[in-house]
Amino acid sequence: MDARTVPIVPAAPQGAKDAAFEYLTTRKDELVGWARKFSLFPYPFVTACCAMEFMAVSSTPYDTDRFGAALPRFSPRQSDLLMVVGTITHKQAPILLKVYEQMCEPKWVMAFGACATSGGFYQNYAAVAGIDRIIPVDIYIPGCPPRPETVIDAIMKLQARIAGDRHPIVTKDF
Amino acid sequence: MTERATVAECEVLEIAPGELTATVSCLKNERAFDLLASVTAVDWPERKPRFDVVYHFYSTTTFRRLRLKTRVDEADPTVDSLVPLYGSALFMERECHEMYGIRFRGHPDPRPILLYEGFVGHPLRKDYPIRQEQPLVPYRK
Repeated sequence: MDARTVPIVPAAPQGAKDAAFEYLTTRKDELVGWARKFSLFPYPFVTACCAMEFMAVSSTPYDTDRFGAALPRFSPRQSDLLMVVGTITHKQAPILLKVYEQMCEPKWVMAFGACATSGGFYQNYAAVAGIDRIIPVDIYIPGCPPRPETVIDAIMKLQARIAGDRHPIVTKDF
Repeated sequence: MTERATVAECEVLEIAPGELTATVSCLKNERAFDLLASVTAVDWPERKPRFDVVYHFYSTTTFRRLRLKTRVDEADPTVDSLVPLYGSALFMERECHEMYGIRFRGHPDPRPILLYEGFVGHPLRKDYPIRQEQPLVPYRK
């Protein structure tokens, strides 16, 4: 048959309402949560050796792309997941706070590794004993450094939380 | 007061703090120790004088190493700066100054290098409380 004579058949025939995908019903929070959980843009605030593990988990074969957390944004204004990867010192703390404050809502914070979680074995004059002393943290990842599976588990747990969360369109700020 | 010894193929020389500049310029100009590898201090809290200031030198022509020690007391922990002789002393003396409180006479830029402005005390001294923090950001409640 000549290619020109192939008839063009509409995907949904005229008048056949049951075959057409015209509307669906959902809760607003479920819809927004579903959209947000698959579009996490991480800001890697990488200060120490956990960075190696962060590289391992973001590239093949572990690949956070599969969870919608693929594209690191190196501007806090474009990201919504702050991954604090490594030790935060007291000298670094004002920078971390400034980065956190520049991020737009909605935003989540992940403490990646023992140092970001609790200071790890740095209990001294130099290190902040856990970034939750400075900024609120949504999910903690143990390990020195964490296994990639642990990080993926944390991303999935965070996604489950985002999916089940309330997502107000109008917040107290505007 | 000059003592000599050899520890792990590194010659050790102990001198009085007043002899520092003369000794080091002799090491540099006559003994070819052209590299200053480290400047640090050791705190002996029960000893008088309390601090050892320790320098490590290396010669890139004779491949010898030398450790130079001098003792200073807590009341006046001052030694001459080696910046006029070795540029690498610039950063290392700044670190030694903030961590141990050793003063380097004639240092052109004695600002903190690893610590921040406003840090009180010297954290590598033995009497600095091990858990004492001086946060720059107020902690959340």
